[in-house]
Amino acid sequence: MKTQPANTDNAERVMAAAQAVLPADVVAYIEQVRRGPRSESQLISVLHKVQGHYRYLGKEQLDAVAQLMQIPAAKVSGVATFYHFFRLQPQGRFVINVCLGTACYVKGAEAVVNRIRDELGIDFGQTTTDGMFTLEVSRCLGTCGLAPVVMINEQVHPKVTPDQVPALLQSYLEQTREKG
Amino acid sequence: MEQKQTVHLTIDGAAVEAPAGTTIMEAAETLGVYVPRLCYHPELSLAGACRVCIVEVKGVPYYLASCASAVWEGMEVQTNSPEIRQARRDIIELLLDNHPVDCQTCERDGNCELQNLAYSHGVRERLFAGERKHFAREDSSRSVVRDADKCVLCGRCFRVCAEVQGVTNLSQQGRGFLTVVTPAHEARMDESVCIQCGQCINVCPTAAFLEKNHTERVWQALADPGVHVVAQVAPSIRAAIGEGFGLPPGTAATGRTVTALRRLGFDAVFDTDLGADLTIMEEAEEFVQRLEGGGVLPMLTSCSSGWINFLEKFYPELIAHASTCKSPMSMTSVLAKTYYARLKGLDPAQVFMAAVMPCVAKKYEMGRAEHAEPDGSPYTDAVLTTRELIWMIECYGIDFARLPEGEFDAPLGTATGAADLFGATGGVMEAALRTAAERLTNQPAETVDFHQVRAVEGLREAQVNLGGRLLHVAVANGLHNAKTLLEKVKRREQEYHLIEVMACPGGCIGGGGQPYPPRGVRVLDPLLLRQRASALYAIDKGKRLRKSSENPAIKQLYAEFLDRPGSEKAHELLHTTYQPATPRGIK
Repeated sequence: MKTQPANTDNAERVMAAAQAVLPADVVAYIEQVRRGPRSESQLISVLHKVQGHYRYLGKEQLDAVAQLMQIPAAKVSGVATFYHFFRLQPQGRFVINVCLGTACYVKGAEAVVNRIRDELGIDFGQTTTDGMFTLEVSRCLGTCGLAPVVMINEQVHPKVTPDQVPALLQSYLEQTREKG
Repeated sequence: MEQKQTVHLTIDGAAVEAPAGTTIMEAAETLGVYVPRLCYHPELSLAGACRVCIVEVKGVPYYLASCASAVWEGMEVQTNSPEIRQARRDIIELLLDNHPVDCQTCERDGNCELQNLAYSHGVRERLFAGERKHFAREDSSRSVVRDADKCVLCGRCFRVCAEVQGVTNLSQQGRGFLTVVTPAHEARMDESVCIQCGQCINVCPTAAFLEKNHTERVWQALADPGVHVVAQVAPSIRAAIGEGFGLPPGTAATGRTVTALRRLGFDAVFDTDLGADLTIMEEAEEFVQRLEGGGVLPMLTSCSSGWINFLEKFYPELIAHASTCKSPMSMTSVLAKTYYARLKGLDPAQVFMAAVMPCVAKKYEMGRAEHAEPDGSPYTDAVLTTRELIWMIECYGIDFARLPEGEFDAPLGTATGAADLFGATGGVMEAALRTAAERLTNQPAETVDFHQVRAVEGLREAQVNLGGRLLHVAVANGLHNAKTLLEKVKRREQEYHLIEVMACPGGCIGGGGQPYPPRGVRVLDPLLLRQRASALYAIDKGKRLRKSSENPAIKQLYAEFLDRPGSEKAHELLHTTYQPATPRGIK
């Protein structure tokens, strides 16, 4: 005689697995948000926190957010892929933003970019295999007087020439060695 | 009581009154003005995405989308002018510009809403030639093929998926030119929470969603003299197939379907109704045993494969409630390859079973490991949707409307009226009650009509008195409705005894494999569904035998092969179990 299996409730296991994927402070934040009304409207702020921690939003993290917030995964990934700010690929430790806005372009930003590409062997949107650098393009950083501008993480580097690029990159690698 | 304010306006110069909140499109319809439209669907939320339904309003410097704009007092609407028609045509041409130029080789050729719109707006050449999107065709699923190149981003698929089915597997991903409708993370359909109901196929205006094609394997089997090819026809096919040949909705075409299948070369044509009668015998037995033996209640029916997929992904905690009965299709297939094959002296491996189903989830069901013979080969070899069979009949040059009536073949061709009801929501419940009543009272039931469970509205609860026992039963169609019911079960808000769930709106008559409606009729139109259902109720009413237990073929089956309902043999062949499935869906 066939009978349906008992104990098929996997909700707790799924929730525990989702909690294990996210940092404790994000899990706590989601729990707090869930206690309030219309918690789904806090999805973007939750995604900001997740990205703040991992520097990108991976599939695993998005699925975990979906489970913990009880928002269908297709919607969570729809939001994450819609906004330019959210990154879906792991980012390097240092994010290089080269400005290709008009002023920087006129002042030779393209040559700077080409040199960075050559030095690192990556293109826009890519990350070096050692996970150190990600190359991004910007359309204006609002500091046209300093053109051409390269921004690495929060640091603005003014009037960069192609020849300065190797030393500039090297200085960041050395930072990591000093910090260990 | 709050009185709804009446608004006065003119549309194309004609005065019209409408309650405040009415849209321009709705108000126009009352005057017989049909504003062209694409993304709009009355059963779904408003999207306002396609802009095809634009109209001109005096004093407004831009065109308004009539589906999404409410009327106001003194409004002067113009739905037609050379400028508006030109603007609509431009919008359609821009949609076409980002669409493949392959109408003649497209699955939807002839019943594509985009094609119809382009035709009716006089698009006779392609004036724009811009960049076109290119996405890979995604056919990982056993049921649903996704072809994003054909998508016009109308959003009907993800609206039906979320709002009618409560699944939300599909959503827009990305932005701008690269926007694409996919499951989460642009994942493959077979790795998503898709429950394979196929409603995305039904509501898609183009061919961005299609069923997995099984016609080729059927043609091959039919052409092979070494193969004994049998068909089975689901209850709801007879109520809908005629639409594919210009017959009015609600025309019962049982006999013509049988004749058509014979002409196509099938060696035997069986009736899934027999499987339905058998399902009732087994399910009623299981229900009575649970009722009298303290088993898990409420019992949930298990005929609808989309529903079972939903149960495994979204409500695994309720699996113990599901009946162990296989679906009528799977029962009929098992019998064809065991009982029938033995009777005819055929090796089961020689028998090819093509099931004609209103459903694309059945294409998934046939490949489930629990529906395979001990050697691993499936009991069902192909599942043809109603649409696929219509196409095969057309392709073969059969004039369906003029066919003579045929009769199903013995021994799997005799069925009672109860079985016909399976095609409409509430039908399994009604059929089960007819037989359970007898089982509980040990005497022939007087009443056979249980009108209270005919759930045209999507969700219905009823109390029925069976042999002095008051049973609380409920019927749901459309999984969003099912969700409401299942949450009540989980909260123990009401002690239910028996619950029927059908994945699709209206039940199988609204299945994901049913014909695209003729021009001018909308898919999911409640009237169309009622017409199809009434064909089934009429068949039931016209039959002498209306209780599954009265079916002589069923009696013979038990006497010769299955012993009795719920026997060891019956369980071995006709029952199955389910497991939680991943990824777990979010309700």
